Amino acid sequence: MKTYLTRRYMFSASHRLHSDTMSDAENVATYGKCNNPFGHGHNYTLEVMVSGAVSESTGMVCNLVDLDGFVQREILERFDHQNLNTLAEFAKVVPTTENLCIVVYDILQRGFHHAHLEKVRFEETMMNSFEYWGNNRVIE
Amino acid sequence: MVYLTRKAEFSASHYYHNPQFTAEENQRIFGKCNNPNGHGHNYTLEVTVKGEVDPRSGFVVDLKQLKDTMSREVLEALDHRFLNKEVPEFFTQIPTTENLTIAVWQRLSPKLKAAQLHRVRVYETPDLFVDFYGEA
Repeated sequence: MKTYLTRRYMFSASHRLHSDTMSDAENVATYGKCNNPFGHGHNYTLEVMVSGAVSESTGMVCNLVDLDGFVQREILERFDHQNLNTLAEFAKVVPTTENLCIVVYDILQRGFHHAHLEKVRFEETMMNSFEYWGNNRVIE
Repeated sequence: MVYLTRKAEFSASHYYHNPQFTAEENQRIFGKCNNPNGHGHNYTLEVTVKGEVDPRSGFVVDLKQLKDTMSREVLEALDHRFLNKEVPEFFTQIPTTENLTIAVWQRLSPKLKAAQLHRVRVYETPDLFVDFYGEA
C-alpha cells in the first residue's frame, strides 16, 4: 500500500535578493529589505516528502538511513552556514526560497532513488513556507 | 467539500525486527530500532475527514463522535502499549510508522459513518511523519 513519508531537516544560511536584470531602484522596490547588499540569514526548515509501496519485509517506504545520509551529504553539507548567493546554483537565479525549493528538488530528483520524490517544502520563517512538487503535478 | 482534521496523542513502544532476516541483516537494516527491549515515542495522530457541511448543524461531522471513535478504536488499543506484543496487527507486521498509519486507517475507516476518511497522518517525532490516503 502506498504511503507518503516526510522528514524535516534544518539548516542556516544567508542570502540577498537582487536581480541583475533590474535597476537598483527596481530591486529595492521589488525586494525591500531583502535587497540589503550585506545579506541577511534564516534558519530554514526543509521537508522532503517521498512515497512508495510499503515493503513487506522491512515495513518501510525507504530506509531513513539512506534518506538522511543523502540529504546530509548532498544538501545540508552544501547549504548549511553558507551565503547562498556565492553558490554555483544561484549564480544566475535569485536565491529566493522558491528557487531554493526547485534547486533542492532537482538535487533529490537526480540523485536519490530509494523512493519516489513527491515534494520539497521549505519554511523560511515560522510565518512563510514554499513548496515544489516538480513540473508534472496537476493541482486538483 | 470541507476537510476537518482532529489531532490526538498517544505514547507507545516498539522495535523493528524481521524474523526472516539474520541477526546481522536486522542490525544493518534497522540499526538501533532493532533493540529487542523496544523504545518509545510520543506519537501525534491527525485524522482528516471530508464531507459536505450539513445545512442544519453546520457540521461536516459531529466532533464528539469523531473523538469517541478515535479514542475507542485507536487510542485505547495503542496508548501505553508495546506495539509488537500487544497490538494484533504487529504480531506479524513490523510496527514502522508506515504500517502504523495504515493500521489506524483500517481501524477507523469502517467505523466512520457521517464523514468519509480522507487522510491519516502519524508523527513519530516532530521531524518525521507518514501520510496514508487509503491508496492501494
